[in-house]
Amino acid sequence: MSKVQFWQGNTAVAMGAIAAGCRFFGGYPITPSSEIAETMALELPKVGGRFIQMEDEIASIAAVIGASLAGYKAMTATSGPGFSLKQENLGLAYMAEVPIVVVNVMRGGPSTGLPTKVSQQDVMQARWGTHGDHETIALAPASVQECYELTIEAFNLAERFRQPVIFLGDEVVGHMREKITVPDDGTFKILGRKKPNVAPEEYVPYKPDPEDDIPPMAAFGDGYRWHVTGLTHDEWGFPTNDPEVIEKKILRLVGKVRRFRDEIVKYETYEVGDADMIVVAYGSVSRTALSAVREARSKGLKVGFFRPVTLWPFPDKELQALLGNVKAVLVPELNCGQMVLEVERVVSGRAKVLAKGLVNGELFRPSEIFEFIKEVA
Amino acid sequence: MAKFTVTINEEWCKGCGLCIAICPKKVLEFNERVKSEPVRLDDCIGCHQCENICPDLAVTVKEAKLDV
Amino acid sequence: MPSQEVLDWLRTRFFPHIWCPGCGHGIIMHAILRALVDLGKKKEETVIASGIGCSSRMPGYIDACTLHTTHGRSLAFATGVKLANPKLTVIDVMGDGDCTAIGGNHFIHACRRNIDITAVVMNNNIYGMTGGQASPTTPVGAYATTAPYGVIDVPFDICKLAAGAGASYVARATVAHPLLIEKYVKTAISKEGFAVVEVVTHCHTQFGRKNKRPRPIDNINFFKENSVMYNKATSMSKEELEGKIVIGEFVNADLPEYVEQYMKLIESLGGNR
Repeated sequence: MSKVQFWQGNTAVAMGAIAAGCRFFGGYPITPSSEIAETMALELPKVGGRFIQMEDEIASIAAVIGASLAGYKAMTATSGPGFSLKQENLGLAYMAEVPIVVVNVMRGGPSTGLPTKVSQQDVMQARWGTHGDHETIALAPASVQECYELTIEAFNLAERFRQPVIFLGDEVVGHMREKITVPDDGTFKILGRKKPNVAPEEYVPYKPDPEDDIPPMAAFGDGYRWHVTGLTHDEWGFPTNDPEVIEKKILRLVGKVRRFRDEIVKYETYEVGDADMIVVAYGSVSRTALSAVREARSKGLKVGFFRPVTLWPFPDKELQALLGNVKAVLVPELNCGQMVLEVERVVSGRAKVLAKGLVNGELFRPSEIFEFIKEVA
Repeated sequence: MAKFTVTINEEWCKGCGLCIAICPKKVLEFNERVKSEPVRLDDCIGCHQCENICPDLAVTVKEAKLDV
Repeated sequence: MPSQEVLDWLRTRFFPHIWCPGCGHGIIMHAILRALVDLGKKKEETVIASGIGCSSRMPGYIDACTLHTTHGRSLAFATGVKLANPKLTVIDVMGDGDCTAIGGNHFIHACRRNIDITAVVMNNNIYGMTGGQASPTTPVGAYATTAPYGVIDVPFDICKLAAGAGASYVARATVAHPLLIEKYVKTAISKEGFAVVEVVTHCHTQFGRKNKRPRPIDNINFFKENSVMYNKATSMSKEELEGKIVIGEFVNADLPEYVEQYMKLIESLGGNR
């Protein structure tokens, strides 16, 4: 395969997954993510992987969790309605600490909404869609290149932290075609889950290693026997009603990500050093926003640009550190105000926070964001 | 002479009475702890119905070892 | 206690188990374990999956790779496990509500795929764990907490559903026939394909008490008296079969199995190099 390709974002996600070592995909057709399933159906068996189209969205994520328990790096892909359906089993993956990657290529909502049009309306759902306490790791690509590279990152994070990672694309990034330079094998570190180094009789499946609070994970079929359940459980995986044990488990589930958020968080900036205004944007909007920011700079406006790549954990400390002389933070989003709530929390009154929502199924034009910047300046 | 031994694990037995009711020879009865106990072991024919019907896996039927 | 080999398959530190005195689930568990021992299966190569309910507490008591999932979804999880590692023996235990209500879709598709998994459906005609609500197999006219005036909808025949959807082995026994359960489960596990064993059992606590069978033995007697073997049932009239439980093996066919077909695909593409 030649190094330079002209791919759709969705194709790049699938190829990136395979490069990351993903060998199991369970999915269901849903616009605008179906191309990921189709590419996996074509490519996985060629490398000994398994593709299965399940009977519904819920079964898809269930099969993916099952495959991960049998030792496979596994992924599913969907859009809004399917993402809603998957929430219960997503919670089981959090509770049972099963590494999986869940791709949501966002489209207009709520409900059936706009199957073929873009939105960023699932940001908060990615954080809180499944019930119960959990820490979410969600990545938002802004280019076809990132669709490939961030998918590898998603798998590395899932395997390292033994939990689901949400890959939050959108219809524009998923369906657009761009030149991508496919990295050589070995460019990226590929991480796998920690495996136990004790005999099966000594294996305690949810006993964390003190250095990272994460338990090594055996696979069904590796010679180890253990109990997996969605019930709150002790270190042997068995259900418990003991308040001390319960608290320890929940705090560790949340703590294992919080402890390493500095290593997880990813973001990008442009010309923030002397900025008195910062535009915060992610996903497809970030491309438009950057274009507008460049235009504004060329007109002498001191505007900077901040792009969260991990939407969750939100790069709060990192944004806060840039607030120096900033008088206004502008947040254009394809929703009625979701990421802006995080920005408001971070800015905490130190500057004005102005949201610009667009929910007509279209992408912002650079001129719209440029006008927004000019209005505020 | 009893041909079989019938052992009841009293920690697991919940006193449901299924083994007592199912036994074709009425070998078992409730004791004062409301646990099953063989009282007519000589009549046991070793059919294993009590063992197989016990929901708590508390009944063991074995051939009696002969003291030679 | 059971044989030493069966004991070896139990997580005995959790005994006595959570099920009510006299519950049929323990009878079924023992039969499944006897079958596994008889077949010489290895604990670390056996996966026992379940959904949610009293039935689904079973994997917690078995010393194998056990997978207690979400309500109704265990077959989908089990499908992922089996497709990922075909060498594993995968058994899925479900209740009637878990399998045919919320899990209905996954049940019929597992049948359709004929994937090499053994499904043991423990049918006690009620949602027991949650307090006795009606399920899709609660008989017409029977009382349940959500059918205080008696059930009005017609119950599923789980075996006909499985056969219609394409399972290659379908059988039914009751807890009054523990050795039959063992026999059918043994055949089901050995079968390469989707094998369904429905075991008619009782929840005297939630169903029996409201429906004239309050004691465990009332239910065992009811099953004994009302079971009819399949080959006899074929010569009985509809009226004669009213209220009867037809037991036996209904389907035992040689059909293409899903994982085997997929492995052939991988081989044809050179993916197993």
